Amino acid sequence: MYDGKKIIPGLVLFLGLVTYPVWHNMASGKMNYVPKPKLPADKKECVEPKEVIRINHKTLLEDWRNSVVRKAGKTYVAYNKKKYTMSLNRTCMNCHKDKTEFCDQCHNYAGVTNKCWDCHIYPKQLEGKQS
Amino acid sequence: MDFDRRGFLKVAGLTVLGLSVKPGWQVFSKEEPAEPSPGAETLARKRWGMGIYFRKCWKEEGCRDCIDACHRIHNVPDMGTLKEEIKWIWKAPYEKVFPEHEFEVTEEDYQQKPVMLLCNQCDNPPCIKYCPTRATWRREDGIVMMDFHLCIGCRYCMAGCPYGSRSFNWRDPRPFIKKVNLDFPTRTRGVVEKCNFCVERLAQGLIPACVEACKEKALVFGDLKDPKSEIREALKFKTLYQRMPELGTKPKIYYIL
Repeated sequence: MYDGKKIIPGLVLFLGLVTYPVWHNMASGKMNYVPKPKLPADKKECVEPKEVIRINHKTLLEDWRNSVVRKAGKTYVAYNKKKYTMSLNRTCMNCHKDKTEFCDQCHNYAGVTNKCWDCHIYPKQLEGKQS
Repeated sequence: MDFDRRGFLKVAGLTVLGLSVKPGWQVFSKEEPAEPSPGAETLARKRWGMGIYFRKCWKEEGCRDCIDACHRIHNVPDMGTLKEEIKWIWKAPYEKVFPEHEFEVTEEDYQQKPVMLLCNQCDNPPCIKYCPTRATWRREDGIVMMDFHLCIGCRYCMAGCPYGSRSFNWRDPRPFIKKVNLDFPTRTRGVVEKCNFCVERLAQGLIPACVEACKEKALVFGDLKDPKSEIREALKFKTLYQRMPELGTKPKIYYIL
């Protein structure tokens, strides 16, 4: 191989640089990071079982949105026949009071952004800002 | 076995026919009815409308109780400039609202009297026809609704509305809201908004905030389809004006002389 003395160390250097983020996260222990959304201490059940919410909360919220805004239906019958008001603020955020401790935990980890809070206001957001 | 071409075609034809029975059955047996929205029928029984008494409204000069009440509960920002103004209910001088009522004998101060303006909740709303995303539509009870989620901010509806009832958020409105009402969302940049006839209050059985806030009871609200309702009583045998009725939008805000 011509110039093998240059090419091989060059390749090694290149691979090292490319995989640097992986090494860095391994060294700093971020590899094993698991998001920990904080669950409300005093509430035991959600509108749907945990597994359903975990996978389907986006479609659930979208269904709620369409139902409330476009069809004027405001009551949600949960899996256990309990009735809930379809409201992000009054139902969801009533238990999960702070989105930074709940929503953001996974969303930030997965690099997901949403625009809910451009318009909707979660109660904790205003604390201290308004009298 | 004697299996000629004719026999093969017969068997193949029968097989295809047999295979098509199930899908065919599914297509023709299930007539799926269009899913009606839950409240559609109940909503259609009503037709909300509003009456505004000129003289009662003019009793107190400079009064803006209805405007303040509406803008407070709906988180309507005070942008400060006329160009960026966001308004759900506002006032304009009589001569500007009803230019066709001008005669050479009309008193000048009469022309300058304020008239309350809001979305006319038309029966035939021009704004909804222009919306490319169906973010605005007419509800069964006649309220012209906005779905802020779907609004892309093209402002076609604003061009379509002959009453200027729609406002556009040129900037993030949140810093311009003095005190945020948690029960109602704010809007974001690039969204059109307008009066929603207080749908969120109607759902709770309350009357619109502006009607409630008026000390002089100059605003009347009710169900136009119910002959015994407050609004029908108020409109009975009165001289009524509507804004630009000649356009055929069938507005449901009545001005009562």
